[in-house]
Amino acid sequence: MSRDAIFGAIRKGLRRGPLPAHETLGLYARLNGHPRHLIPARSRLPHAEQIDLFLRNLEKEFASFTRVSNADDVPEAVAEYLAGQNLPSALAIAPHPELRAIPWWNRPLLQLREGRAEASDMVAVQHGYVGIAETGTLMLPASPQRPTTLNLLCDTEIVVLRGSRVVGAMEEAWDVLRAEREGMVAGNFLPRNVMFVTGPSRSADIESTLELGAHGPRRLHVVLIDDMAG
Amino acid sequence: MQINSPRFKERATSEIANAGLQKALVRTRPRFPASRSAAVEKLPEFEQLRDIGREIKNHTLANLDFYLETWERNVTNAGGHVHWASTADDARAAVLAICQRVGAKTVTKGKSMISEELAVNDHLEKHGITPVETDLGEYILQIRDESPSHIIAPAFHLNREDWEESFRKVHTGLDPNRVFAERKDIMAEARALLREKFLAADVGITGANFLIAETGSSVIVTNEGNGDLTQTLPKVHIVLASIEKVVPTLEDATNMLRLLARSATGQDMSVYTTFSTGARRPGDLDGPEEYHVVVVDNGRSAMIGTEFQEMLRCIRCAACMNHCPVYQTVGGHSYGWVYPGPMGSVLTPSLIGIDKAGHLPNASTFCGKCESVCPVKIPLPKLMRHWREREFERHLTPGGVRSNLALWGFLAKRPSLYRLVTRVAAKTLSLLAGKKGKFNALPLASGWTKGRDLPAPEGDTFFSRYAKQQRGDA
Repeated sequence: MSRDAIFGAIRKGLRRGPLPAHETLGLYARLNGHPRHLIPARSRLPHAEQIDLFLRNLEKEFASFTRVSNADDVPEAVAEYLAGQNLPSALAIAPHPELRAIPWWNRPLLQLREGRAEASDMVAVQHGYVGIAETGTLMLPASPQRPTTLNLLCDTEIVVLRGSRVVGAMEEAWDVLRAEREGMVAGNFLPRNVMFVTGPSRSADIESTLELGAHGPRRLHVVLIDDMAG
Repeated sequence: MQINSPRFKERATSEIANAGLQKALVRTRPRFPASRSAAVEKLPEFEQLRDIGREIKNHTLANLDFYLETWERNVTNAGGHVHWASTADDARAAVLAICQRVGAKTVTKGKSMISEELAVNDHLEKHGITPVETDLGEYILQIRDESPSHIIAPAFHLNREDWEESFRKVHTGLDPNRVFAERKDIMAEARALLREKFLAADVGITGANFLIAETGSSVIVTNEGNGDLTQTLPKVHIVLASIEKVVPTLEDATNMLRLLARSATGQDMSVYTTFSTGARRPGDLDGPEEYHVVVVDNGRSAMIGTEFQEMLRCIRCAACMNHCPVYQTVGGHSYGWVYPGPMGSVLTPSLIGIDKAGHLPNASTFCGKCESVCPVKIPLPKLMRHWREREFERHLTPGGVRSNLALWGFLAKRPSLYRLVTRVAAKTLSLLAGKKGKFNALPLASGWTKGRDLPAPEGDTFFSRYAKQQRGDA
């Protein structure tokens, strides 16, 4: 039995048997408390500045963005981005209630198909869960309303994100997910898959030289809705 | 993977004469250190994060059994399956059994060094299953039947002409007169061809940068997105991970991620950092129906409690080889097995035995650069020195080296005799060299003088100069 052999060898190396229950209490406390370590100062900013940092980092990572003042302006922002990039107006869109609430009919030329991405889809519209200012990263947990394939299969991914969902650091992104899902879902609070996406796909495997558009999306565009009061 | 480590000297000699590799080294050599230092400069807390990273790993290793059990329980609770593998054979058998049970014909693969260590591809092929490497670098190596020369940039040793030649040879369905005007044309061709493989595969195999005990998750980090396509599209996802990859919590992993990309490529974050936990959930529109982790020991547990335990902190960022003057001269293939550079010189003897690892612990100038850039502060030179000691104890060191070391040891233990002998030797060599001040040939030193001149001592030893200076008459 490999399992017994491995645990036996580990404990032999550690010069002890299985940890007695009272010695595991501290370890369980560490797991349950999951303490944060050092969060770098760069994202310790007022929220408005965190949004600016997030957008600056998006651009640094070769993503682009449009800022709109409310959800009603999203269809126009999407349509203009697609036209500017000379992209088709057929969209595979995440079946998320927040995206459904957007008045897409204002732009009748946009053809929407809800669901996961298929191989033939060119443009995906994804629901952004949280944005992380420190690195310009999008947190995209899988769910029936947020299929993973939308982050991967299309040439272009457009992510609609509310400004109120921008946080400073990854630790705060975990806090949002824990707060919204721990106790709400049975068992593990983590969905099957949590993707952290920082810019469009790239590779430096050919002659150590960076090229965009390896296997994932060649373009990543964020439509940020300024939904903060005032 | 076949072990060629005992032939380090011959291989290094031929790699120094390999024009293609040397061209690649000239191109790559300055890039990784420059990217890393730029990223580190922009993060004033980096040094503290390194200390925290070291502590997280030390804490985990001291309680490794507890965290592995916790991780296993949480994988199972999330609907995943854990397969324990003591040896490479056990791991290969576990992977094959899963693939055969689901009737797999093709398997896509994300880049994984443990897969290279286990030689998974050969085993699958032998049983009629086609593995397809999907990381761009691994893909070209599979086409060319070569092994990786670097743990994060596996094909850095190739040049554009190599890529073009191989693509023309293998992608026979395409126009033979097509032009690769730019690097991105090469990439676009691979993207189009591999997309079909992603969609057709029955099983996807990835490695893992981390396992999370708290949640039972596995984490992969890529820039291309190939690992994510590999673990998302097929109906079965198999993760290959070694036992030391586990960290306790998401917060611990977060600290390690701040170190990993900066140390590896100089990015703040890699493009895709993905946490996988179990299989597709009710209502999910995509994702694999089965999630398996084959967790591999293959020699690592024997390092615990020894002076080599610190090596198990390694997060495989490659900073050590990117900064190593030896690696940057002889390339990765010289090291003769999966893990090259300073981390390989320590890990390889641990995994395959010092008798099979040959010269690797000696393939270092002990300049200390590797330790100074290691994100988890592994004392790599010290660990290589421990291997040299073991080599000596086990009489694996060649006779000439042994007798010279014995002579040196005899003198070093007798300081006044040592000073006398070095004073005489320095004077003699200085006189012999004359005005030239250097030798282009010297008995017993041909290993040095074959390639360059040996500077002659100037006539004084360090000790006598130091003594003079202390007396104030220097």
